[in-house]
Amino acid sequence: MKMTFEKIVEDTAVELLRIAATELPVEYVEEIKKGLEETDGAVGRAQLGNILEDIDLAREGSKPMCQDTGIVAFMVKVGDNFPLRSRIKEILVDATRRATEEVPLRPNAVDMFKGNTRDNVGLNGYVPMIFIDMVPGGDLEIIAMPKGGGSTNIAAHRMLKPGLGWKGIKQFVIEALAEAGSLGCPPYFVGVGIGGGEDLCMTLAKKALLKPFKSRNENPDVAAIEDELLGKVNQLRIGAMGLGEGPTALDLHIELAARHPASLPVGVVISCWALRHARAVITGEGEVSIDRSA
Amino acid sequence: MEHHLTTPVREEDVRKLRMGDLVYVTGTVITARDEAHLEALELHERGEEPPVDFKGVGVFHCGPIMKKVDGEWTVVAAGPTTSARMEIFQDNFIETFRPAIIIGKGGMGDLTSKACQEFGCVYGAFTGGAALLAARGIKKVRDVFWLEELGMPECLWVYDVEDFGPMIVTIDSHGGNMTQDVKTQVTERLEKILAEMEG
Repeated sequence: MKMTFEKIVEDTAVELLRIAATELPVEYVEEIKKGLEETDGAVGRAQLGNILEDIDLAREGSKPMCQDTGIVAFMVKVGDNFPLRSRIKEILVDATRRATEEVPLRPNAVDMFKGNTRDNVGLNGYVPMIFIDMVPGGDLEIIAMPKGGGSTNIAAHRMLKPGLGWKGIKQFVIEALAEAGSLGCPPYFVGVGIGGGEDLCMTLAKKALLKPFKSRNENPDVAAIEDELLGKVNQLRIGAMGLGEGPTALDLHIELAARHPASLPVGVVISCWALRHARAVITGEGEVSIDRSA
Repeated sequence: MEHHLTTPVREEDVRKLRMGDLVYVTGTVITARDEAHLEALELHERGEEPPVDFKGVGVFHCGPIMKKVDGEWTVVAAGPTTSARMEIFQDNFIETFRPAIIIGKGGMGDLTSKACQEFGCVYGAFTGGAALLAARGIKKVRDVFWLEELGMPECLWVYDVEDFGPMIVTIDSHGGNMTQDVKTQVTERLEKILAEMEG
């Protein structure tokens, strides 16, 4: 039974990486189409048109929509009664190696001394990145999220003075997007993490990207700030591919943690138009359900 | 305006391209990113030459996904990478090797723009992430160099391309730089938005 479960988890993780790399969630595709309809300029229309054509080619041919298939991350929730525990990590590493061959993914893990490891796995168990949460119940949830280098390079982090408050946070987020400009393949998705500490705010910002598309924070005050920031970011008019036409950002989510009285950590994690992810739940009986939604 | 260029492209033809024009390339396009730029320039400084001639061809900021099928390399996905990383040596590269068109995404800065003016080169912006659209224009993998040393994303892939594009000329050889223009406007808008927030 144990071997069977290991195989189910590994096969599912490989499949999630394939889906993430090759099928952009339809909700995002529809939003890009809407962006194209609302764009007048030929330069912006050409960029959005190329993106949509590329998305179709990827889906039809089951090929990665972008050659940068990123560094792989898995967000995992392990139920108390799920049959596997620490082995899950090794299985996800094996799945990453297999997906690199089978999808294929570009080998993107670089050892500073020895160069590219060629299998997207590397160094001291840190890559692929695995975020594990323990939850009640008997299921295992896996989200695969490969993220490219271009949009990863434009992430921003600042330890604000707490006295600057929400105004300081908002200004920093808008500045971060202006600074990102054309570099990370807009139109963007934006994740903002606030509080926790210098490290947690970045993790929260990355996880915020995975919140359901266009959903708003359960706290109405935060939800209003999400809307305000998304509006202001679009007023920058960076445009598709930074050429000044078309949408700048398609969505923005905020994730909050408590902060130290002396600290106001803020993280901004940005995704390119290809916000790639796929989710699966594996029950304690080994049944797999895959969720392709945004 | 739309242009269909065949490599090697003569300097006078490069100089006909203007910011905002659409361009397609047929002939030779060679991938080169950070490591390949460095390696080529270091070889040249030592008095040696890289294994390929960049003169008049397209230099593509791209780290593709390649796969060997029946012993032959094939392109799976080959979109542009962020060109800004190459800004630190692109001017030197253009002066030394005289490519006709630098292909990438995200645009480049003043140093590259000046080199384009001086030596007759342009920057063609390919839609970032559109890796399968790019792959469609690549007809054959003619050669590969430095694969063992630099790895799949960083080595030199020499492609035979046919109507590779569309690219938008965002840096021409007359001083035009569309990405810089947008950047200036974005900075102005940012200042306005921040000022309004200060009330």
